Amino acid sequence: MTYITKPKLHHPTLPKNTLGFTRRDYEGKVSTLCAGCGHDSISAALIQACWELDIEPHRVAKLSGIGCSSKTPDYFLGNSHGFNTVHGRMPSVLTGANLANRELLYLGVSGDGDSASIGLGQFAHAMRRGVNMTYIVENNGVYGLTKGQFSATADQGSKSKKGAINTDTPIDLVSLALQLGASYVARSFSGDKEQLVPLIKGALRHRGAAFIDVISPCVAFNNHPGSTKSYDYVRAHNEAVNRLDFMPRRDAISASYSPGEVIEITQHDGSLLRLRKLAVGYDPGDRLAAMNHIAAHEARGEILTGLLYVNGDADDLHGHLKTVATPLNRLGEAELCPGAGVLAALNAELV
Amino acid sequence: MSHRIVKRIESVNDFVVKFANVNGSGSASANEMFARSLLRMGVPVSPRNIFPSNIQGLPTWYEVRVNERGYLGRRGGVDLMVAMNPQTWDRDLQEIESGGYLLYDSSKPLPPSRFRDDVNVIGVPLTEMCATRYTDPRERQLLKNIVYVGVLAALMGIEPEVIATLLGEQYKGKAKLIQPNLDAFMMGLHHGRDVLESDVLGLRVERRDAVGKRIFIEGNAAAALGCVYGGATVCAWYPITPSSSLAEAFQKYCAKYRVDKASGTNRYAIVQAEDEIASIGIVVGAGWNGARSFTATSGPGVSLMTEFIGLAYFAEIPATIINVQRGGPSTGMPTRTQQADLLSCAYASHGDTKHVLLFPEDPRECFDFAAAALDLADRLQTPIFVMTDLDIGMNHRLCEPLQWDDKRRYDRGKVMSRADLDAGRDFGRYLDVDGDGIPYRTLPGTHPERGAYFTRGTTRDAYARYSEAGPDYLYNVERLLRKFDTAKAMVPQPVERRAARPTRHGVIYFGSTSPAMAEAFDALHARGLHVDLLRVRAFPFSEAVDRFVAEHETVFVIEQNRDAQLRTMLMTEQEIAPARLVPILHFDGTPITARFITEAIAERMPGANVQPIKGGLVA
Ligand SMILES: Cc1ncc(C[n+]2csc(CCOP(=O)(O)OP(=O)(O)O)c2C)c(N)n1
Ligand code: SF4
Repeated sequence: MTYITKPKLHHPTLPKNTLGFTRRDYEGKVSTLCAGCGHDSISAALIQACWELDIEPHRVAKLSGIGCSSKTPDYFLGNSHGFNTVHGRMPSVLTGANLANRELLYLGVSGDGDSASIGLGQFAHAMRRGVNMTYIVENNGVYGLTKGQFSATADQGSKSKKGAINTDTPIDLVSLALQLGASYVARSFSGDKEQLVPLIKGALRHRGAAFIDVISPCVAFNNHPGSTKSYDYVRAHNEAVNRLDFMPRRDAISASYSPGEVIEITQHDGSLLRLRKLAVGYDPGDRLAAMNHIAAHEARGEILTGLLYVNGDADDLHGHLKTVATPLNRLGEAELCPGAGVLAALNAELV
Repeated sequence: MSHRIVKRIESVNDFVVKFANVNGSGSASANEMFARSLLRMGVPVSPRNIFPSNIQGLPTWYEVRVNERGYLGRRGGVDLMVAMNPQTWDRDLQEIESGGYLLYDSSKPLPPSRFRDDVNVIGVPLTEMCATRYTDPRERQLLKNIVYVGVLAALMGIEPEVIATLLGEQYKGKAKLIQPNLDAFMMGLHHGRDVLESDVLGLRVERRDAVGKRIFIEGNAAAALGCVYGGATVCAWYPITPSSSLAEAFQKYCAKYRVDKASGTNRYAIVQAEDEIASIGIVVGAGWNGARSFTATSGPGVSLMTEFIGLAYFAEIPATIINVQRGGPSTGMPTRTQQADLLSCAYASHGDTKHVLLFPEDPRECFDFAAAALDLADRLQTPIFVMTDLDIGMNHRLCEPLQWDDKRRYDRGKVMSRADLDAGRDFGRYLDVDGDGIPYRTLPGTHPERGAYFTRGTTRDAYARYSEAGPDYLYNVERLLRKFDTAKAMVPQPVERRAARPTRHGVIYFGSTSPAMAEAFDALHARGLHVDLLRVRAFPFSEAVDRFVAEHETVFVIEQNRDAQLRTMLMTEQEIAPARLVPILHFDGTPITARFITEAIAERMPGANVQPIKGGLVA
């Protein structure tokens, strides 16, 4: 594999965000993934979301595990620090990074093998700790990078490219995230950018553990008839519970929907999530109902997408640990070292 | 039963007492009080907990070395056994030196066959005494321990006021507990003075001034303080004996010294992770992002961490790992001590790796080295291991007071700031700008356009760009070797001690072997056997080690493991001929003793035939 930098050719008419950046400023290196891989669409959605949110690229730290999906952080936000960690253990590294400097935006990118197989434990614990992050699983039901083995999210009865039938029960990361205490839980499809971009924007502005499971077909190993993570299958079985509009600040609301169809959720930073309900009676503030709803659809072979649960008042790990507002990596001797005097007093007690 | 025999051990301020108890019976505080009372009388002691991997019901021992000359290692052998556990009676009896003493609960008579002819027996009806005095069964059980301390105080000459003061300190704020404990102590004291003959015990304590300014602290507590002073802000850990008390102490000290009073917020973050993999992952993430972070663990934890340690080594991320070693392999002897993780730490992870190890000898060095490790990790951008063990970690040890220089500044290493980047300095994450193998790094969020890079465990070029090219790989791994070489001058240097006479015999040792070695040195000298000592304090080894080996024809390498791991490292890393390095190994899980070292060396040194190396070869 070679390393290619994308030439920075800025067309003068390219639209700019309020920071003066064009979308190109949010790009990374040229992707080395297979043409048509769902993961590339997710990278594009991330670029779009960050650009639209006026995020300074260098204020994002992007971390991943190992897999095709985990390679993607190299392909967006080229001016951010990235960290391709070890297989399945990105959540702990992200947790540590987040503890060190609470002021950056943390983006975790992982695969279904990475998060649901080898990394299930770390995934679970990052969710339950409420690490402030946007955690995206690019879910294709297979191990792409090691060429087509089933992952733990592959549906029972689904068929591999080589014809093997998966007999194990799948793990549904969305249900798990809900159960474990994630405070923003969504599912989407890499082929539905309109739905995905606002979901990512909402997650980036959420304080606490935000999880998005994105079905992302693997064109090389899991896009054939018999796969339940193929483009065709997902398009045919996708049911959206809601459509999300993301408003950066509260004062930007315009009442274009009639009451009853729309729910508005204000997040910590004042940003507003406006959900247009598609499913009758679906309440994204009700964790239990969300779990039931997902399970009922799953039983019918349907994939529920949209913002499934959100708690705009959630706190994060720093809140739980009561850490200081100043990032820990910026504290110096004066704040950290009790000094020789204290030590002398301690010595005196130790006999 | 009480018989007297002719030969008795008579000694003042120099003996070993061992208490055999049952885990969970509340003996720990009474035994510790005994040890502390001697310290308060100015007599050095070194106590050791020998405890089972179990919370209740199994045998537990507390061995106290009393020695006014200040030998703090285990001596070996027991002069007085306080045998409170019927389960271990036979074993305990066997350990007593000939002419030594057995103090036992004589409430129930035992047949003469249960004793030894050459051991002096002191029977005290402890159960009976407590049964008449106390009604509550738990009270009877707990106070029995204080009663035997009272008896010992009477027989040995421990000042009762000292114990009274200690009781007051121990139960400060729990006044209700002081009086019953004091009563029990006095009951024992009176029994010792009035009922037992005054010379029944030949072991005596006399007030001295031999403790000086030294402090009495556990290695784990000292290491935790080292982390506080050294500026660690992120600690991630997973409970494992014997390291748990280190993280717990860190928590305690942080709560005391690192809370911002005005806002009530914490200048630290501690995560009890889900396992050791997550612990080290958190440490690596925090280190990558510029916070000083550490984990405390023991052998099995290190095994789990190795993939991440390899990543931190190759991606060059600071991380401090305090390994409080215990008996291995596998779960091995979880509550016993060893120095058996040298190889697994020095070369942790797959592929070619070499990691910096520091070997503290006592709590004082646990403090110093923990703080130093945090500096070294930042300076070298790599994992640093502090290799302590259960013997230092979980036992109180007398040591020099902990010291800190307020002028000391944390060495954050080569971190490029926004200003550096703006000044147009070329930033290549893995460029060896200074020729010392240590590259510069930037922290996430530093600069809007410059200095961002992608960290990965995969090969890359000097600018952190993905590369599978052989030369790029070689550039990196050879630079890592250069960096390891740079570390040589930065780590704590070896400490040497010369024999009274020139000798061609040397001894290399490290860590918790130190006090036993110091005593063995004197014992050998007394026998006319001369050895020069070198205490290794870090890996990579410095040139002083090579010099020392070159100066001696035979070098005994003393270790507390089966496979002579330090010797292996000396052979492979320093290319020392195996025949020059004679292994002396102690690995049954108990701390190495002065006796063991003395005998092992004496056996291998033909008589007192010690000549300087120039004088010719050994036969
Ligand atoms: C400890 C370890 N075991 C196995 C591997 C090999 N490995 C690399 S990627 C991968 C699976 C990736 O699958 P997934 O996370 O679903 O990502 P995808 O490639 O499908 O996007 C595996 C098993 C590894 N790198 N490390
Ligand atoms: S193998 Fe599959 S997951 Fe990997 S890049 Fe190709 S299409 Fe994407």
